[in-house]
Amino acid sequence: MTIEARFRAARAAGRSLLVPYLTGGLGEWRATIEEVAAAGADAIEIGIPFSDPIMDGPVIQESSQRALRSGATPQGIVAELAGVDVDVPIVVMTYYNPVHHMGHRRFADSLAAAGVGGSIVPDLPVDESDPWIEAAEAAGIENILLAAPTTTEARLATICARSRGWIYGIALLGVTGERSTVAEAGLEMGRRLKAATDKPVLLGLGISDGAQAATVAAVADGVIVGSAVVRRQLEGCSPSEIGAFVATLRDGLDTA
Amino acid sequence: MAFPSIRSDGYPMTAPVRGGGVRLDPPGPGPVGLGRFGEFGGRFVPETIVAALEQLEREFRDAWHSDAFRAEFSSLLQHYAGRPTPITECRNLSERLGIRVLLKREDLTHTGSHKINNVLGQALLTKRMGKQKVIAETGAGQHGVATATAAALFGLECKVFMGATDVERQALNVWRMRLLGAEVVPVTSGSATLKDAINDAMRDWVASVEDTHYCIGSVVGPHPYPWIVREFQRVVGDEAREQARAVLGDDPDFVVACVGGGSNAMGTFAGFVETRSRLIGVEAAGFGLESGKHGASVSRGVPGVLHGARSLYLQDEDGQILEAHSISAGLDYPGVGPEHAALAGAGRAEYASATDAEALDGFRLLSVTEGIVPALEPAHAIGWLAREAGGTIPEGSTVVLTLSGRGDKDAQQVSELLDLGDGA
Repeated sequence: MTIEARFRAARAAGRSLLVPYLTGGLGEWRATIEEVAAAGADAIEIGIPFSDPIMDGPVIQESSQRALRSGATPQGIVAELAGVDVDVPIVVMTYYNPVHHMGHRRFADSLAAAGVGGSIVPDLPVDESDPWIEAAEAAGIENILLAAPTTTEARLATICARSRGWIYGIALLGVTGERSTVAEAGLEMGRRLKAATDKPVLLGLGISDGAQAATVAAVADGVIVGSAVVRRQLEGCSPSEIGAFVATLRDGLDTA
Repeated sequence: MAFPSIRSDGYPMTAPVRGGGVRLDPPGPGPVGLGRFGEFGGRFVPETIVAALEQLEREFRDAWHSDAFRAEFSSLLQHYAGRPTPITECRNLSERLGIRVLLKREDLTHTGSHKINNVLGQALLTKRMGKQKVIAETGAGQHGVATATAAALFGLECKVFMGATDVERQALNVWRMRLLGAEVVPVTSGSATLKDAINDAMRDWVASVEDTHYCIGSVVGPHPYPWIVREFQRVVGDEAREQARAVLGDDPDFVVACVGGGSNAMGTFAGFVETRSRLIGVEAAGFGLESGKHGASVSRGVPGVLHGARSLYLQDEDGQILEAHSISAGLDYPGVGPEHAALAGAGRAEYASATDAEALDGFRLLSVTEGIVPALEPAHAIGWLAREAGGTIPEGSTVVLTLSGRGDKDAQQVSELLDLGDGA
């Protein structure tokens, strides 16, 4: 079953979707995936660390640097994902250069071989993405495209048509990182995307806790939570502690 | 030169401006498709800034074919930046090396480097787009100083991102930027040099894009930047070609410029790409190409995508970008502009390199033979010239070399490295 089909089915059942992000290659990241899945995630995004993450704020920059210093590599992380046994889809987030460097087809095949279901490439906008989407789809990988508050209506339509899995709405103007409030621009992003497509719409960036997740879920089908999870990875929280945090996000969404 | 009155793309030909400004050649050819120079270039950026890049492309396309914009730009180049810059025949250096050397004197512009040409153009575009703030990255500080200067002139708020390592080795330029009213933000991420300053400028722009223009200082970055910066810098090459013809009665055998991101070289090459001249870009060989500590992205890089463009980058086997090394902050960059990658691939330009030590030799050589203290960046080109005269450059050859900036900013750093004897 595709990620999109699973998400449509969950949405139809009245469930708000939750996708936590973890930095791959950092500490007990594989055990954490299992805890996070058990805590109510609908899919899990695994960040492949890159030397120059221009879409990321300080927390994910630091986690990427730390993972790289400890010897993490794109191929190593993907290979280790093959051994992770959870019943929710795994999606990788990677900057484009590691994909370009390995070659589109090889990279797509390696994801498929590891059981990965989707990809998010934040520096590969829709007008540059044809070669990657072609290789990804041939391997059965759903490539999720991002839309931003600055995206024009015409581009929004193209992005919604080309995106697979879900549409990733950027919930603020800025890079990844926790924020104290949800930006009005993020809520407007959700409303615009919901009006443009019936594919699942998830918003990410800046969402830090269950209450904020609930606010965002009111205008979209679900949320992606990155830095708030990764900060706990950096602080040395155990897999079960991170799972407990994800459970609070789940509660926020379910009680909204 | 004879100019047709209508270009093939349908735009009216802009007449060269006379009297009121610097004479500008007609616009050069743009990239193909979504910013492609051959297989290089493109627009590999977060979706958040795509709309701003599309707006910038539209504004530039219109402005660059507008008589009013070109007249204002050329007037600024003359009356503010001090163009045209002279070309200087170096009799002593020529005699020493057995070749005939002409220097294109970008060191004599206002602010002391070629960077001012580009920022004046981009400041005009900023006003045209109705934006009130500019951000910039800087390596050696030359582009930061030029941006802060234009911001002061045009009444724009200015923030400059600079690697913490460079803040230290270019303290004078940091002070100049602050004097001019700019905020200087030291960047501590990654290698804390130019690459990381661009990363942080892009991160800032993702948040500030609605009221802020990112004034990129080199022929790097996503489309349309490599094209815009080359066009605003081509005045260097167009002037140099006409000046060299007046002095030599012919095009030079060699055209030489240093290459970090490659803006002074691209501006210079643009004026000569249709001539018979051999185009040579000189990259930073740092401690030597074999040491792994260098900035020679054309010589040693492989195709990749960084800072929005497909080009040649120094990277490891996993596609992680490597740290560059150069004695000069302005060449300390692990990539090169996409049009350079395309020129190298097509064989139209050749890329050589000079080590830190050869740059220091060049720094001293030009000072003592001609009384001209070069910036450490073009000192690499001088060092290469001194090494290759009589070799790659046959005796008696004619050479135009772009002296992209003056060496005042480097005096303190070099004084700690060069022993002049007698306690000097």
